[in-house]
This record gives sequence, structure tokens and C-alpha cells, in this order.
Amino acid sequence: MLGESRGGRIVVVGASLAGLRAAETLRAEGFAGSLTLIGDEEHPPYDRPPLSKQVLLGKVPADRTGLPQRRRLDAHWKLGVRAAGLDPVGKRVLLADGADVPFDRLLIATGTRARPWPNLDEAAMDGVFTLRTREDAVGLAKCLDARPRRVLVVGAGFTGSEIASACRERGLDVTVAERGPAPLVGALGGTLGELAAKLQRAHGVDLRCGVTVTALEGDDRLTGAQFSDGTRIDADIAVIALGAVRNTEWLAESGLAAGPRGVTCDAGCRAFDMYGIVTDDIFAAGDVARFPHPLFEYQLLSLEHWGNAVAQAEVAAHNMVNPGPRRRPHLTVPAFWSSQFGLNIKSVGVPTFSDQVVIAQGSLKDARLVAVYGYRGRVTAAVSVNQARSLEYYERLIETAAPFPPPPGAADQRESPVPMPSDVPDPKVLSHGPTVALTGHLPDRRLTVLRPAR
Amino acid sequence: MAADTLFQRITDYTHRADPYPLYAELRENGVARQDDGSYLVGTYHEIAALLHDPRISSDRRHRTAPDETAGAAEALPPSFIGLDDPEHHRLRGLAMRSFGPPHTPDRIDGMHEEITRIVRDLIAGFQGRERIDVVDDFAYPLPVTVICRLLGVPTEDEPRFRLWSDAIVAGFDPTPGEDPVERQRAGTEARKAMGLYLGELAERRRGHPSDDMLSAFVNDAGPGGQLTPLETMTTAVLLLIAGHETTVNLITNGMLTLLRHPEALERLRGEPALMPRAVEELLRFEPPVHMLPQRTPLADVEVAGITVPRGSPLILMLASGNRDPRRFSDPDRFDPAREDNQHLGFGSGVHSCFGAPLARLETQIALHELLQHLDTPRLVEDPPEYRRSPVLRGPRHLFIERGGV
Ligand SMILES: Cc1cc2nc3c(=O)[nH]c(=O)nc-3n(C[C@H](O)[C@H](O)[C@H](O)COP(=O)(O)OP(=O)(O)OC[C@H]3O[C@@H](n4cnc5c(N)ncnc54)[C@H](O)[C@@H]3O)c2cc1C
Ligand code: HEM
Repeated sequence: MLGESRGGRIVVVGASLAGLRAAETLRAEGFAGSLTLIGDEEHPPYDRPPLSKQVLLGKVPADRTGLPQRRRLDAHWKLGVRAAGLDPVGKRVLLADGADVPFDRLLIATGTRARPWPNLDEAAMDGVFTLRTREDAVGLAKCLDARPRRVLVVGAGFTGSEIASACRERGLDVTVAERGPAPLVGALGGTLGELAAKLQRAHGVDLRCGVTVTALEGDDRLTGAQFSDGTRIDADIAVIALGAVRNTEWLAESGLAAGPRGVTCDAGCRAFDMYGIVTDDIFAAGDVARFPHPLFEYQLLSLEHWGNAVAQAEVAAHNMVNPGPRRRPHLTVPAFWSSQFGLNIKSVGVPTFSDQVVIAQGSLKDARLVAVYGYRGRVTAAVSVNQARSLEYYERLIETAAPFPPPPGAADQRESPVPMPSDVPDPKVLSHGPTVALTGHLPDRRLTVLRPAR
Repeated sequence: MAADTLFQRITDYTHRADPYPLYAELRENGVARQDDGSYLVGTYHEIAALLHDPRISSDRRHRTAPDETAGAAEALPPSFIGLDDPEHHRLRGLAMRSFGPPHTPDRIDGMHEEITRIVRDLIAGFQGRERIDVVDDFAYPLPVTVICRLLGVPTEDEPRFRLWSDAIVAGFDPTPGEDPVERQRAGTEARKAMGLYLGELAERRRGHPSDDMLSAFVNDAGPGGQLTPLETMTTAVLLLIAGHETTVNLITNGMLTLLRHPEALERLRGEPALMPRAVEELLRFEPPVHMLPQRTPLADVEVAGITVPRGSPLILMLASGNRDPRRFSDPDRFDPAREDNQHLGFGSGVHSCFGAPLARLETQIALHELLQHLDTPRLVEDPPEYRRSPVLRGPRHLFIERGGV
């Protein structure tokens, strides 16, 4: 059994962060068979987070964000080729160039792409960008070098806010249009959204919330934009930051549970088919995967986090070369970071999985704080602003399903803090099951335990 | 003797050379309340959790039992190692402005050549001598010279501040039983004297900037403001002591450990690229800072099933956590290539060592150069004579016969 799982042919589709880390783990775990990585980008795997940060600022050239390869992979790389289909019966990946690649086990790591501007003619104008790839970043950085009169950023999520921040740091005029009441609300809720709004304005952003962009103006080149409130601006550049679309179209005919919300898989990263039956030779990891997490009532999570891509890829790879009883669940607590407008924001847990929030340390006034999120009386997330070192403690609270609000007594807790509504889209939970906690420190000794209802 | 508490035995000088069996006992016993009301924690995961727990204060003034040092009327206020956020954060940030990223990212890397030169000069001084003391001839003068350059303190004054430094270190020695009041009073005095001395050096640079940290403290103001003259004193004292009393032990413990593990020594000689990892393993295996005796919970805190009441002295045994088999496989083995080595040698959390990049660089260069220049070094006595402190633990002298250059 062991020998069998360490040999054979493994194919990884998607040669970016999750694909590379999985490939490295496969080799580290002793996989000695043939390994093929298929990626539709021309480049060897590179890192995306710097694209909206150091690269836009001109501090790091876009071609210097390659991901370090931590071990020899001895792999067949098929770069610049798109996977166009999957034949799960014949166990072949069908390539856009007509070739096919047979596999014994497959990892789906095709991630996401930027959601495009819906009006295709407007999207095709010069000066209209999205930001997901190295080419996007090179093009955008070059246009920013030419000192446009004004940049319009459509959408104030993390990527949009980071782009706006980079533009302000370069001294460019920026308008940010956001349909919601404040930047980052979708991810962090009302309290921190308000802080983000205040900071953007303090940094000179023309922030317009509660409006949508109704039209991008121009012929071949962008010249301006119109808003739903009847106003308009002149702008030379528009960056569309409306979130991500999962790259699952190539799986449409595969019979897998793959769709706009991702490829559904179990906690061991094995993909489900469309009937909800788990496959045993097809795995998924990274931004494309959608998986149940016991800490969040087994809801299916789709995360667009660097750290999740790495951790999930490692679990998927481990499970691809280990027999049933040795397999591991993907139980890491979700975490991500962002830097913008002089703020270093870090998050653990799932802030949107909450009904209340409390400022447990620091203060909004100083823009240095830890906000802790709770759902039905237990801690489910924490977000630090310029106070990243404090976060590990809250990760523990999340893992152990500790009661919310967290115990008082922090040295830098201002006055006795009052929980407020977290103002995030209500987690759509139908029933309230028993609370689940995680124990154990090492990946192979982690356990899920049930806590009796309080 | 049987009635001695574990902490008494740990701090007892007779166990200085090998406290590790006592640490194993401590880990067995879980969180250990001592007769004097203090609590000892020796397991890795509990220490790590407490180092990140915002309810654990570094400020001794939060202790329920009166603290003689803090009470002294004319004592200097605590430096940021003894303060909590947000004050701690503000002061650490101001000090960091002239030491590291983001404001001064190249300070430490830029010292590579200079450190190498100082190291080679010290090694050149071994010429013609068969027996050397790794401490006095090498591991002590190196970090002192470096921290003096960095701060802008004349190295000639070293004899003066060495006395102060000794008294300050003795002042926070938590060894129970001995009457601490006199020691603490002397420590407080010495700290004040050193503060005045460094404050004056800094004031002389006001308006006459030079390329050192004391000058930056009084001349550079960032968006976060500037250190006050009093804060300049406490911060400069902290840096001088920290830069002075710790790296010496890492280098010395490092040499001692390598001499006890000749195969590791040979391996490092042939594979210098392994040195950074070997230094991390030294920080785990023989850390210079064995315990953090300064913590106090601000609320009743549960640790491994025991409630530590608010205001009690809480002592975190870093060196014990570093040998916890629940965290490190085969923890009593020295493995210079160890992977996944998140040791507690530099602490963790908001107070994690400010000078770590410098200490790493100094030790990597120091041990590398020693290995390249000593042919067949031999230990003269094992174990060597240790310094008194159970907190900053290391040999007082380490005599070796150097066997060729
Ligand atoms: C600008 C930007 C900033 C970010 N900043 C942060 C941050 O600060 N913090 C954070 O936690 N996360 C951040 N992220 C998210 C992070 O980069 C992603 O979570 C991570 O890249 C996910 O890796 P992945 O390998 O799962 O997917 P991806 O990186 O999306 O890789 C998928 C790869 O598969 C390829 N592919 C897709 N379809 C096919 C096909 N049919 N055939 C072949 N190849 C295909 C794609 O071209 C791509 O190369 C950021 C992302 C962006 C774009
Ligand atoms: C090998 C050498 C060193 C070791 C093992 C070491 C170890 C430590 C440890 C364990 C702490 C945590 C203290 C606590 O949590 O209470 C600490 C803090 C500190 N160290 Fe070091 N240190 C070393 C070298 C240095 C050097 C060279 C400097 C100065 C340049 C320095 C400056 C500091 C400062 C200022 C703090 C306080 C940080 C804070 O409170 O935020 N250290 N060190």
C-alpha cells in the first residue's frame, strides 16, 4: 500500500502558490513517481501579494516576485498551456492544445482570476485594468509611472484599498468607488470599515461609498466615469477590483462538484463529485477549493488567503501519498494580512462568521488595536491593526472555542469594552450544532473535540 | 534540603552547570506554585501562550507584594522591557527607528564587515598564547565593542560601566533565600549612575548629530515624536545591558557546546552555510536567557489547569520550554541542522528580543571565525566555572588550549 501511493503519476493543474507547495510536499513525503505541473501562465510560480504592494510602489520589479523553490522537484512543467477539460473515467487532463495528460491522482489548484468589468467594450479601453497577474502589475505600474491625472479604483475590498494606498503613496489623485457603506466592510464588518474609511480620507483619497460606477467613459482610451448618484469624474486609469472568479470552467463537464463557488472537497481535500460522493483520486487546494471547517460549524469555506493556499496544499499533498488512516484534516485557522495606508492589518479566524465585535486591545483613535469577533457567545475571529504580535493569543481562543467576549485584563485595554454588532453579512446558519474546538499543537496530533452546549 | 522548593534548587549556584534535570522535573510537575507565592512555568506551549497573552504584564509594579526596587523614590522609571503596551510599543518603536526596519533597515547588515574586523582583531590577539579564555579574550569584548559603537559610547569607559552592569544584573537575580534588598538597592543605584552617564553622552550630541543611536535619540524626531531625556536614559541603559550581558553567553555557550560535540564542530567547519541554523539550535539548547522573572498577571489566569492569581510573580522558564519533548523531538540532543526550531531563546510576543538580528549576526561571525582559526581547540575544564546569575546563565571563564592558528 505504501509503495503504491509513493509511485504512479500525479498531475497538478495550476502552477502557482498552491500547486508549487503541493509539489514540494509530495517530494518531501517521498513521492517518487512522475510529477507534472500544468499552468496557463508562462512564468514559473510567482507570488501575488507583492503585486498590489511593493510592485505598484516601484520598490520591487514585477519579475522579482518568483516564489522560492525549496527543493528539487524533478517535475515535468507544462507552462503556458491551459487545461481545458477533465476526463475522470479515463483519468486524463485534456489540454487546450489538444494533447492530454494521464494521471493516477490529480490536484486541482487553478485558483481564481480577477472579476472583469461587466461591460466588455468599456473593459477593453486603454487605461482599464484588473490586477491578478504579473502582466497586470507591469502594465498598471507603467501607467502609474506616466503620472495619470486621476486613478479610479472600483471596489474597496483588500486589493482595491491596497491599490488606492499605493497610488496615494506615489502622490497620485485617487477616487475609490464602493457600493457598500465603507471600505473592507464585506470582510471586516462595520467598525473597522469605518476606521478604514477615515484613514483613506485622511490620506487624501476621494472615497465615495454607497455609489456604483454606472459607466466608464472614453473611446479607445478611458477619460472618465459616471456614478449612480449622477456625478462624474475625469480619470485616466480605472482599476477594477470587484473580487475574484474561481477558475472552474474547465471542470464543467467533469462531473465534479465544481462551480462558481469553487471545487467542493472534504476536510482531507478530496473533491466531491456532483452527487456529493467523495472521489479518492482527485484533490483540490488553494483559492479554488471550498471545504468544510469544523470550527465554523462545518460550513463550506472558500478562502482567498495566501496562508490557506500553503497549508491546504500541504495537507492535500500529504493525503495524496498516504493511505486512509494516515490522512490528515485541513484544520488550520484561516489567516491573512494586508498593508495599506500605513496600516498593517492581520486577521485570524473568519470575521464574517460573527454577530458581535469588541475592541479588546488598543483603540480606534490610535489606529492600533485588536478587534475580536464572536458568534453566539464564542470567539470566531480577531483582526489586529498595527499590532500583529498580539494575534497568536486570539488564535488560541478561536481554536478552543473560548467564550465571547474574551476575558478582560489586557494591559492595553482602554476602558471596559462593550461588544457591538459586527455588521457583517449574517452567517447563514440553519441549525446550531454543538460547539467544536481544536486541540493538539502538531499537525499530526490535532484533534477535533465536541464541547457540550453551554 | 528536601524542603527546598524547586525554584530554590534551580537558582542554587551548585546547579548552574546543569540545571536541565531540574527543568525536566519542573515540566513533570506542571505549573509549580512556590512557597513565596510565585508560579513557575516550564512547558513550551504554556510559556508560548503566556508570552502572547495580553493579560500578562511585564511591569513589576503590578505585583501585589510590594517590590523594593520599584519603590525606591529616586530610581529611574522602568525601561520598555518592563512596561506594557501602549507605552512599551511607543518606546520600542522610537528606539527601533535608529536600529532597524522600516526606518533604518540597513543598520545591522551594514555592520557585517565591522564585526568581522573586530572578531579578527580579537583572534589576532591570541597570537603566541597557547591558552585563552574564550570569555575575557573574545566573547565579552566583542559584543561590548559592537554595542558601544552602535550607541556611540567610548569603549575606554568600559571598566566603569562593567561595574554598573554587574550590579544591575545582580539586582534582578530572583534567587530566593538571600536577602534581596541590598542587592536590589545596589542595582537601582547602578542603573541610575549608568543612566546619568549615558544621558550626558546623549545630551552632548544634541545639535551635533553623529552616526550612532544616542545621537539619533536626541536629534531625530519621527511622526511618533522623540524620546524624552529621561526615556533616552532608560532606553540607552537597557540597550547597553542587553547588548552586553547576553551575546557573550551565546558565543561562550556555543563554543562550549561545539567542543562537547566534536562531530558538530567538524561539520560546521566544512559546511559554514549551516552556521545560522546551528546558532538557532544553540539558542534552544543552551540559551543565554534561562528565565523571564518579571511577569505578573493582571487578572486571574488559568495555566494548564492551575489558576495563577492576579498580581502573583510569574516566572517563565524559557530554557526549560526549549527542552520540552512535547515540542521538540529528542530535545536533549544538540542537532545543528534541526528543522522547525521555534525556540524561546529570544522570547516571543511583543517583548521578543529587539536585538536579535544583531545577536545572531555577531554570534554567527564569531563562531565561524573561531572555527576557521583554531586548529584543534581543547577544553581545559568541563564544566567550566559559571557566572552567578541563574537568569543570564553562562560561563565566567572558558579556558581552551587552542592548538595552532
Ligand atoms: C494583488 C493580490 C494581492 C494579494 N494580497 C494578499 C495578501 O496580502 N494576503 C493574503 O493572504 N493573500 C493575498 N492575496 C491572495 C493570494 O495571492 C492567493 O490566496 C494565492 O495566490 C492563492 O494561490 P493559488 O495557487 O490557490 O491560486 P492562484 O495564485 O490563483 O493560482 C492559480 C494558477 O492556476 C492557473 N490556472 C487557472 N486555470 C487554469 C487552467 N485551466 N489550466 C492551467 N492553469 C490554470 C492560473 O493562471 C494561476 O497561475 C493576494 C492576491 C492578489 C491577486
Ligand atoms: C544572544 C543574545 C541575546 C539573547 C539570548 C536575548 C534574549 C532576549 C529575550 C529572551 C528577551 C525577552 C525579554 C522579555 O520578554 O521580557 C529580550 C528582549 C530584549 N532584548 Fe535581547 N537578547 C540578546 C541580545 C540582545 C542585544 C544584542 C540587544 C541590543 C542591541 C538586545 C536588546 C533587547 C531589548 C531592548 C529587549 C526588550 C524588548 C522589549 O521589551 O520589547 N538583546 N532579549
